[in-house]
Amino acid sequence: MNTKNIAFLVAGVVFLSFPLVIHSDYYQHLVIIALMWVVIGSSWNLLAGYTGLVSFGHAIFFGTGAYTAGILFTKVGISAWWGMMFGGIASMVIGLIVGWVCLRLRGPYFALATLAGGEIFRLIATNWESLTEGMVGILIIQTFKSKILYYYSALALAFLCVYIIHLLMKTKWGYYFLSIREDQDAAESLGINTTLYKNLSLLMSAFFTGMAGAFYMNYMAFIDPEVVFSLHHISIMAILVGIVGGVATILGPTVGAFVMVGVQEIFRSAFFGAGPKWVSQVHALVFGLLVIFVIMFLAKGIVGDWPKIRRAVFRIGESTR
Amino acid sequence: MALLEVKNLVKAFGGLKAVNNVSFNVEEGEIFGLIGPNGSGKTTIFNCINNYFPVTAGDIVFKGKTITGLKTYKICHLGIGRTFQVVKPLSRLTVLGNITASAFCRVNSIREAQDEAYRVLEFCGLLDEKDKLAKSLPLAGRKRLEIARALATKPDLLLLDETAAGLNPTELDNAIELIKKIRDKRITILIVEHIMKVIMTISDRVHVLNFGQTIAEGSPKKVAKNAAVIEAYLGEGYAQG
Repeated sequence: MNTKNIAFLVAGVVFLSFPLVIHSDYYQHLVIIALMWVVIGSSWNLLAGYTGLVSFGHAIFFGTGAYTAGILFTKVGISAWWGMMFGGIASMVIGLIVGWVCLRLRGPYFALATLAGGEIFRLIATNWESLTEGMVGILIIQTFKSKILYYYSALALAFLCVYIIHLLMKTKWGYYFLSIREDQDAAESLGINTTLYKNLSLLMSAFFTGMAGAFYMNYMAFIDPEVVFSLHHISIMAILVGIVGGVATILGPTVGAFVMVGVQEIFRSAFFGAGPKWVSQVHALVFGLLVIFVIMFLAKGIVGDWPKIRRAVFRIGESTR
Repeated sequence: MALLEVKNLVKAFGGLKAVNNVSFNVEEGEIFGLIGPNGSGKTTIFNCINNYFPVTAGDIVFKGKTITGLKTYKICHLGIGRTFQVVKPLSRLTVLGNITASAFCRVNSIREAQDEAYRVLEFCGLLDEKDKLAKSLPLAGRKRLEIARALATKPDLLLLDETAAGLNPTELDNAIELIKKIRDKRITILIVEHIMKVIMTISDRVHVLNFGQTIAEGSPKKVAKNAAVIEAYLGEGYAQG
């Protein structure tokens, strides 16, 4: 067995045994949130990293998934776990509409259109009170008291999402996504129906992000438009997870999710309560600095630039010896 | 019946008629050259054939079927492959990746696509470069990659847009060899070229344009002696001799 397989085996054992070993609700919560971000980051990466369509509006799909699960539970009485499936499907339907409008545009114009789209959905969710309860938000009853089952469902969702994308990138679809990213005109002349494949990428990305949103509804049991349709907390965070971890790498968003959730929590809790209170006010600033650092020194993200990091660490190790 | 018929093609950009009422037929199995001075509308005709932009008037008929206005990717599926004058490699993919992506035009499984890609790589002499990123290839390699990529879509008609431009003499000879090899595979070729050595040695028939209009058509030898052609290329004074 080579080192790579051993690393995956160790990671698998660690992830599977984590909640059985660490009983702290707090740390379990952090890892559950990180796993949810693995799903969102990986879906964003499928669209932005592999297909070249940089979305600034993934909150659209996250919020749609969360609200679908929440509304189905409160209005129709369907378990919010079923809501995960429906949340994914509802996000795909929304994805079709978003695609119909935004996929006519290329490059930065697509990004701007999705940015506007996210704000539109936030305003709809805020104002359509008969459906969404507006700013009051939706509160449901959690299914489980223990976090363990939430942990394993998040883990399963994250694993499926990353693994499916991994497999997908070795098929016709994967090659077509990459071709579209590299040169849309060339792709079209090579017989690639670019409109179709751009939509497929968007729909898959929307589906997984919607599932993550519905999971969030299940797990947190409370949502409001400012949380799940947030530009800052969802759309931008999805981009940061992708960029920090490594755009267009399979494991980049996974690493990015854990790093970003970790950094966010360290600053939000002011170094776990040890630091002065103002630290918790500056976490947005720290995000900004982190992104600047990553773009300047690790343009391909932690996973993409891993050889570079390893060399740098190795050098430090040698000089101290 | 000709493989490709271009009928009274007109393409206007605003008031400028880049292509004005051009008609020609490309017969199956031949190499058909399209020549003319800069700006005479050669590349524009290519872009009209695969509907890279819409034609203003006229018709394009391929295998007896009108393809005017069909989506670019559908035209590729019908069997017209093209290369770009300004090469458009899929930069951050390997050479093998580039060709595999194109081979998916005819097959669905990765295994078949890669098998086809290897065949094309070998045919085009790119096997040694297969793991290099497309952007790291020199110009000659990228031009070759353009051809290889178009071939991987298994075209019946191949549109070559200045594949010899910018090559040194050795590379030029290699390119001519490759084009002849493609013809021997019974693929019809429509070629736009500035370099006369290429056009004159390989074309069966040549169609000459100037300012978007046809000025001559025929065998390379006949066209080279045509007064209008000499005038277009060299100026009025040379045409009498």
